[in-house]
Amino acid sequence: MNIGGWIIMSLSVGGMSTLLGWCVYKVLSTPGSSEHLHTQNDIDPHDDDDD
Amino acid sequence: MNQPNGSGESWGTRLGVILAVTGSAVGLGNFLRFPGLAAQFEGGAFMIPYAVAFLILGLPIAWVEWAMGRYGGKYGFNSTPGCYFAICNRSRPAAYMGVLGLLVPVMIYMFYVFIEAWCLGFAWKYLIGDPALLGTATDTDVTTGTYVLDFVGIKENGSLFHNFFGSSLVHLLICFVLNFVLIYRGLNKGIEWFCKWAMPALVLCAVIVLIRVLTLAPNPVNENQNVINGLGYMWNPGGIVMPETLPAEAPEAVSEVAAVATEAVSDATPQKKSLLTTLSDPEIWLAAAGQIFFSLSVGFGVIITYSSYLKKDDDVALSSLTAAAGNGFCEVALGGMILIPAAFVFLGVLDEKTLNSAFQLGFMVLPQVFAQMPGGQFFGFLFFFLLFLAAVTSSLSMLQPAIAFLEEGLDINRKMSVTILGFVTFVGTMFVVYFSENLAALDAIDFWVATFCIYVLATVQVIIFGWVLGVDEGYDELMTGAEIKVHKSFKFIVKYVSPLFLLIIFAVWIFKALPKRIENISHVEGLALGFIGIMLTFFLLLIASATKRWNKLEKGKVSQ
Repeated sequence: MNIGGWIIMSLSVGGMSTLLGWCVYKVLSTPGSSEHLHTQNDIDPHDDDDD
Repeated sequence: MNQPNGSGESWGTRLGVILAVTGSAVGLGNFLRFPGLAAQFEGGAFMIPYAVAFLILGLPIAWVEWAMGRYGGKYGFNSTPGCYFAICNRSRPAAYMGVLGLLVPVMIYMFYVFIEAWCLGFAWKYLIGDPALLGTATDTDVTTGTYVLDFVGIKENGSLFHNFFGSSLVHLLICFVLNFVLIYRGLNKGIEWFCKWAMPALVLCAVIVLIRVLTLAPNPVNENQNVINGLGYMWNPGGIVMPETLPAEAPEAVSEVAAVATEAVSDATPQKKSLLTTLSDPEIWLAAAGQIFFSLSVGFGVIITYSSYLKKDDDVALSSLTAAAGNGFCEVALGGMILIPAAFVFLGVLDEKTLNSAFQLGFMVLPQVFAQMPGGQFFGFLFFFLLFLAAVTSSLSMLQPAIAFLEEGLDINRKMSVTILGFVTFVGTMFVVYFSENLAALDAIDFWVATFCIYVLATVQVIIFGWVLGVDEGYDELMTGAEIKVHKSFKFIVKYVSPLFLLIIFAVWIFKALPKRIENISHVEGLALGFIGIMLTFFLLLIASATKRWNKLEKGKVSQ
């Protein structure tokens, strides 16, 4: 493996890992963002309509 | 505006929807197709067009789909035809243009679930230590190669039905039932629940296999075949030069697969090219764009459906970026570090034909690798189990658009929509399974639907977003509730660059691949095209019925 290979592998793997890490951090650190988007009461199962 | 009720379903948590979209994107392509392509185009060089395509094609189209889906969801629509109907000011032709958003995922499911069954079958066989797969069978008539070919029915049409319990049909049945049980349970209790544990499990399996690969000892026959050189084979810009490399001797017991793999190895004479020479080849740009495109699941009609279940002020910009990053991580950091280095250590340099075929790499070459790898039974199980999980999270997403459409378009309940879709996909899958000789039916649907139609659908999507909805309104829609600021250059990219890039890729692809394909249309491919036509007509008729209903709702003729 040559120096170019090491550089590109590090940039690719490191870049994607960093991007994912940053995104996950932003998602989890935003107040309320990982909470329920809807309550269960919002959900209409729709199966009872004609049963 | 009056609107359909939709199914009344929604996501439970933000993390759930991100994992579901990531799960939809992460599939066999991340672990089998990407490494093969990258090695074929001297991995290091490949990453440059790959990064460009990610920024100007993959990510912008993913944002487009998320924004369009949430927009349609505001008006009670959850399917591509419904969302187009809402975006294009209740235009019926627009709804018809969304037919590919139903046809593509449903027809891909028909063959994808078959491949999913192979992954489950291989995982099970590694778990129980099947000697034929491990290359330790004492019966010389049962080699790993013939065993694999029989398992997938590649030798003869209908052969799988002659040996139900010895073929992949049992696993297919399990996969089919699993998918429909999860779909029946609904968005929150089915898809989201499954993705929430399957995605972390998948990553865990991949990390364990990765550690095994990175700690492999050099090949005792040729010490040049070591992990570092394997990584170089994958990542060096310009490829590798190994004048002393000789193919490793394969154990006799795995001779048949070895024959395939050794043929691949022996023809390969890597030649070092400069980075600029490699990048001046248009093929590498096409391959990278195609990989980004298929990997992110854009143009499938899946993301639109998933994001339509969000609320009107839920973030889509960061969620979309997170899902794309998750997919990229699985592809580059996991997929890019496992298959090629492992295959290199045991088999040396592979030829272009093998690198180009996910089937050859995954189901013919890899068993050869695991047969020689210390602890190969355990790691073989883990690898195929992670492929199985990746496949299920993807196949689930292929069913939801049609389920959503049937419910909102025909006003039927979940039981009925699952029954209809179950019947349709069962018929299609049996078509693929029966015509299994050389995987002809699978290959035909893969080409015409999973490649041709996806290009068309993605092009339609960016044009509707950039030119019909309007790039300013589209950008405002994307920024509503956004937790990150998307640069305004997005508008220019989506309006001009992405459509142009897509059209160029599509045109070149048509010029290169289509004439050759049409010249060599086989009997089975003709049947497959007929079947695609029937499915297209079926969905168009359903859309006709659905748009009538939606227009009646608009006029208040149907009480909700």
